[in-house]
Amino acid sequence: MSEEKNEYTKPLPDFRPETKPFWDGTKEHKLLLPKCKETGKVFFYPRAISPFPGSVNMDFDWVESSGKGTVWTYSVHYMGPTKAYKGETYVVALIELDDGVKMMSNVVDCDPESVTIGMEVEVVFEDATDEVTFAKFKPVQ
Amino acid sequence: MANLRDVYIIGVGQTPCGKFPTQAAHMLGREASWAAIKDSGIHARDIEIGFCGHVYQGMGVGQRTLKDIGLVGQPVINVEGACGSGTLSFWEAWRTIAYGQHDVALAWGVENLSKIMSGGPLPLEEDDIEVALGMSMPGLYAMRAKKYMDEYGVSSETLAKVVVKSRKHAAQNPIAQFRKETTIEQVLNDPLIADPLTRSMCCPVGDASAAAVLVDGDTLKKIKRDTSREPIKVLGCIAQSGGYASPTGLTCDPSENVTRTSQMAYEQAGLGPKDIDVVEIHDAFAIAELIVAEALGFAKKGEGARLVEEERSNYDGEIAINASGGLLSRGHPVGATGLLQTVEIVNQLRGEATGYQVPDAKIGLIETMGGAQPAMDGITCVVSILGK
Repeated sequence: MSEEKNEYTKPLPDFRPETKPFWDGTKEHKLLLPKCKETGKVFFYPRAISPFPGSVNMDFDWVESSGKGTVWTYSVHYMGPTKAYKGETYVVALIELDDGVKMMSNVVDCDPESVTIGMEVEVVFEDATDEVTFAKFKPVQ
Repeated sequence: MANLRDVYIIGVGQTPCGKFPTQAAHMLGREASWAAIKDSGIHARDIEIGFCGHVYQGMGVGQRTLKDIGLVGQPVINVEGACGSGTLSFWEAWRTIAYGQHDVALAWGVENLSKIMSGGPLPLEEDDIEVALGMSMPGLYAMRAKKYMDEYGVSSETLAKVVVKSRKHAAQNPIAQFRKETTIEQVLNDPLIADPLTRSMCCPVGDASAAAVLVDGDTLKKIKRDTSREPIKVLGCIAQSGGYASPTGLTCDPSENVTRTSQMAYEQAGLGPKDIDVVEIHDAFAIAELIVAEALGFAKKGEGARLVEEERSNYDGEIAINASGGLLSRGHPVGATGLLQTVEIVNQLRGEATGYQVPDAKIGLIETMGGAQPAMDGITCVVSILGK
């Protein structure tokens, strides 16, 4: 996007054993979701043990999402959480993916004030640094 | 579970809420703690253990607070649970007495936020994915507000009415940070922080401390107290960490955590929402009063807005919510907030909330909700139920 790769000044997420495959995926511009081997269901946010009731599974497949979904809720932010966002207006949203999971992200490539609940969106990848690529969403044209 | 001992609050104290950048946190803590000890009528040396809730105040604030009073040697535990730190310290004091480890405990909360920031949202952990995506605390509540408004056909005007009510209540509360009344138009014309929340729909940056002295029932009968003040009984006190509200997604709704915690507290007290006369809700942002009132059982889902629209949650209404002005107007000095809420309910049950006294208040409830955490509906929720 607009920032040079080495000049990214905003906060970056940490990688944990549970989330590393997700970030490895975004780096290759793939949106990967953990899938419980026992119940066959995908879930999000990544974690060490399966969230499904009765399941004791701790081993997952990582499956590629269609990357399509809708805006479940959102807010246009006029003030960010740190100084790095100063002067920016942007959208933070909870995206409900067609795969059946919700994921927090940004809605980009549009006028922030044009976003609505229920808007159809699709994934777009934003390389922030050599290590971190964000999965963001843009309105389906 | 073991048989729990009865626990009573015998003294409370608090400082005003406001910006006091020259006052060290332990000085604010000392003022509130000393007031609580004096109010309890016991000797300061009767205190066996102290729990100090704070978030941003650094090393050993609890010990530094009691050092100035002259209470040294006894255990002091600094307690952190984000915006729920104050009530988490209260819960620690309650349980050490309820389980018979100690007979007399002091719980206080303290924060001097204006020393570290002049305004804007609370600092969050920068390596959390939500922060890397630019989510702020107001933004999190704003997303809840958007969803709520969309689902139940509620307008920004209702959120503004929460602020108008809050300021009206706070105008009568001598310790409140904002005591000037406002109008729907003024609230809606404030700059947007995170759509649909305007600045006055967000709680202010501020400083304060509040404290409570707790004892068990047997000690209450025999301890020498230089006062005839009526003790207030702790009928229920539950702390719960946040959870994933749904296995398949990030959540932005604190109501699962509040519902779970309050149901446990109601069960412990043997009471239900209908028994409660006065409530302190953690309204860090205007939307919280509506969704938390529903989670606590005071309105059906989607009908929390009507409590405000029909003025049923005013201090003299059918369920008094945030007669103090709440976090929006009394203020939200993070670690102090839970104890400020507790002191407020004790004052109401004692009948001492002059100018905004809830008529015939016998049972009160306190709800505190701490923080944002990746994928979770909160860090800590504490619900206490007090009665005379």
